[in-house]
Amino acid sequence: MNHASNPQSTNRRVVRFDQSEIIIGLEVHVQLDTDSKLFCGCSTRFGGAANSQTCVVCTGMPGSLPVINQHALELSIRAGLSLNCQIAQSTKWDRKNYFYPDLPKGYQISQFDQPICGPGYLDIEAVENSSQPRRIRIERAHLEEDAGKSIHDESNRGQNSKIDLNRTGTPLLEIVTQPDLRSAAEAKSFLSELKLILNYIDVSDCNMQQGNLRCDANVNLHIPFGEEKIATPIVEIKNLNSFRAVERSITHEAQRQFEAWQENGFTIADAPKQTRGWNDHTQSTTLQREKEDSADYRYFPDPDLIAVKIEEVQIQQIKSQLGSLPSDLRKLLIERYNLKSADATVMVSQGRGVVNYFLEVADGCENSRIANNWIGQEVLRQLNESNQTIDQYPVSPQQFTELLKLVIAGTLDQTRGKEVLNEMVEHCISSQEAIKRLGIKPVDNRELVTLCEKLIAENQEVIEQIQSGNAKAIGMLIGQARKLNPNANPGLIKEMLSKMISS
Amino acid sequence: MTLSALNADVIVDKLNTGEVTATDCVQHFLDRIQSHNGDLNAFISISESAVEQAESIDQLRKAGKPLGCLAGLPIAIKDGICVAGQPTTAGSKMLEKFSPPYDATIVEKLKSAGAVIIGKTNMDEFAMGSSTENSFFGPTANPWATNRVPGGSSGGSAACVAGRLAPVAIGSDTGGSIRQPASFCGITGLKPTYGSVSRYGLIAFASSLDQIGPMTRTAKESALLMSVIAGFDPRDSTSSKIQVADFLKSLESPLSGLRIGVVREHLDEGLDSEVNTKITDSISVFKQLGANIEEIEMPHTKSAIAAYYIIAPCEASSNLARYDGVRYTFRAQADDLEEMYRNTRGQGFGDEVKQRIMLGTYALSSGYYEAYYLKASKVRRMIKQDYDEAFQKVDLILGPTTPTTAFKLGQHTQDPLAMYLADIYTVSANLAGIPAISVPVEPSSNGLPIGLQLQGRAYEESSLLQAAHQFQIATSWHTANPSEPWRTQS
Repeated sequence: MNHASNPQSTNRRVVRFDQSEIIIGLEVHVQLDTDSKLFCGCSTRFGGAANSQTCVVCTGMPGSLPVINQHALELSIRAGLSLNCQIAQSTKWDRKNYFYPDLPKGYQISQFDQPICGPGYLDIEAVENSSQPRRIRIERAHLEEDAGKSIHDESNRGQNSKIDLNRTGTPLLEIVTQPDLRSAAEAKSFLSELKLILNYIDVSDCNMQQGNLRCDANVNLHIPFGEEKIATPIVEIKNLNSFRAVERSITHEAQRQFEAWQENGFTIADAPKQTRGWNDHTQSTTLQREKEDSADYRYFPDPDLIAVKIEEVQIQQIKSQLGSLPSDLRKLLIERYNLKSADATVMVSQGRGVVNYFLEVADGCENSRIANNWIGQEVLRQLNESNQTIDQYPVSPQQFTELLKLVIAGTLDQTRGKEVLNEMVEHCISSQEAIKRLGIKPVDNRELVTLCEKLIAENQEVIEQIQSGNAKAIGMLIGQARKLNPNANPGLIKEMLSKMISS
Repeated sequence: MTLSALNADVIVDKLNTGEVTATDCVQHFLDRIQSHNGDLNAFISISESAVEQAESIDQLRKAGKPLGCLAGLPIAIKDGICVAGQPTTAGSKMLEKFSPPYDATIVEKLKSAGAVIIGKTNMDEFAMGSSTENSFFGPTANPWATNRVPGGSSGGSAACVAGRLAPVAIGSDTGGSIRQPASFCGITGLKPTYGSVSRYGLIAFASSLDQIGPMTRTAKESALLMSVIAGFDPRDSTSSKIQVADFLKSLESPLSGLRIGVVREHLDEGLDSEVNTKITDSISVFKQLGANIEEIEMPHTKSAIAAYYIIAPCEASSNLARYDGVRYTFRAQADDLEEMYRNTRGQGFGDEVKQRIMLGTYALSSGYYEAYYLKASKVRRMIKQDYDEAFQKVDLILGPTTPTTAFKLGQHTQDPLAMYLADIYTVSANLAGIPAISVPVEPSSNGLPIGLQLQGRAYEESSLLQAAHQFQIATSWHTANPSEPWRTQS
């Protein structure tokens, strides 16, 4: 049947894309931040010489056997708890069998029917003014080992392909959501929040350049059509390794599905699940395979490993060490420290170290607004410029608090305060030392009077302007005053000049 | 008396007292291999460094350095067990050129006890077989009748001990691969409890069933080897932390009051009448030793072969996936990846291995998994329950190791089912994970060895070794050697 010539297709043309709803589920692979691999003692460090981080176990030598990395289990439980997942009392290992040159055993050790983490959820903030905060349900999260890397000859000279097994056996946590996401922006927001949480709980650095966070997206559309709602065939987009790729590929795929539906009218019942790959260069998805001819992985329990029992005590202990999560901290900053929502989001997105720094300074100087301004602007800028983390920042929270106290008390004005901060950062010294180095000292009243008298005497024209109503002209005098004596407080000078001019 | 006639414990004593040097001892067995392996084909490779190792042990001894409990004792290792830097083929063309970079845990333990590995023994390819005829390196002959099979898959280890080419050997047992060849070759073979000996370095056939064990002339020698190889290994997640028993000490306890169970059906259906007679005769020996014999029932063991030939091929199909031509194995020429896989596996594996890979792949496939793998696993649990119930009533279970004596080379190669039935009495112990031992009883009228199997509770190898040892004090069947030159037996 030629769908395009069907009268229905004319009706389909009437439907607008923006009337349809995008249904998205994600499968996120996160590399756990362990020192060693999931089933052997080899290092997981990134960037070593090819095959330098391998042993008889991760190269699948005959006779070698896997032994579970306890730290990977603990990190998985930590991740599960932070995503409100039920933690399995007993979890086991299954073999996923398929042939691939960079899969040395001919099977991947994974988890099939008893994942370490069961159902949970993650709340995300509203992505647009019009939308609401959303609860995204997590279906499961399971542990598995990564495969290696194939390096193919791209010179077209028929060179052999090469295989690097350094990554083989690296622990991955595969987090699978329910199809609860409704836009590309929500998918991105979910991933950002997930990444932030995993950073906060030291489960993964989620470095996407190094492939530590990879994502597949399952996408289809629900299109209102007459009385019914049409679901388009589900497409799995593979191997998205940047937030931008996730966002763009979903946007592209939704549009493509809509157009395909307008063209052929195929619904979820008419076509099997497809796998498509995202091409960053062409900014489009291309068909990889139909699910019908996908591999039969012949899962079965791995007889080389025993089931792991997880005791409630252990779960509680890990829970007690989780610390505050980003959402808790945003709430804290808004409700207890009176930060604006946007400011709280920025602060929390910087990581636990920055938040702790802020809390210590805000508590110490008892002024969260000033602490937020200074840390949110000066400190973050300096860290960014020097490419440092907060742990490496040369000014301790105590020293920073001392500095802000001087600013709050008016002992230092904003400009001088920033000069002092720069001096502190540059020379790793306290605020007192920086003040001394910069020659900052208090100016007494008599000096101020002399200074103002001199300014009035030498700037008659400006005075006349002020007296004829141009109040702003006083700024010129203040500027001159700063040049004559950098320690002179602009506020006091302004006050004194105004008095003297008007009298 | 020549060294080759002596038991390992006696050889160790002589080495300790200095009556014999390790060098002479190792050289003696190497000479015997040199003269007789041509007839038996029990060894796939001979260790080039054996004499050197023996010499260094002699030097250490001379210098008064402390030595391990097996110092200077030659030992043969099944070729499915990794020995660093030595060919380890698993009887397959696929691994013809493979030399592992590491020692199996038991090899490490044997070496540190001072044992000298003199060679690697022949086996059915990847331990799949009951006759050692499935070896890429040709069949092994049974020294009692060189036209007959030694059993399998540890046929090389059994034949070399029976033929005195090595005082003792190590085998592995997935469905009877230690006990059945021990029975056919008239020696003692112990399959330990699953988990009591590390599998690390044992080239996997069926991981949930495989277990390494000793193959020796006497139970005492098996106890000696067990005291070295048993114990927890952090590199094997399935190895047990249970305290290792003092195997040698418990040997000497009498059997009075021991309750031995006999399964009536195992002495009726399909059993060779002469085997039946000799096993029945042996029961009276145990009675004389003070044991009480009781009849027991094991209703599910009749399904053991069926369950075994699902579970083992399923695991094997996955375990053998790594032999794909990409790393360390044989690689066939091809123009693309898929052809390389096909050619490598098509040419590198023998027929029996391919048959079992196909069986296992089929049984694990989507839509068949429940009907085959899960059903077989259920049967496996029921067999285990049979044992649990039986061991409430009795301490050991006694029966024949195999339904017949050694069959002729080529007799069953066209009939896999007949071959599979050679394991009928042995597979249950693997499915249940319990220990079992085969000891020689009175041979058949035409001079072929017959084996008696004792099965015990998990981690009670010491009871098996004790019963076998007491039986061997009361009898002398285990001391018989095939007369040289070796003959055929029609």
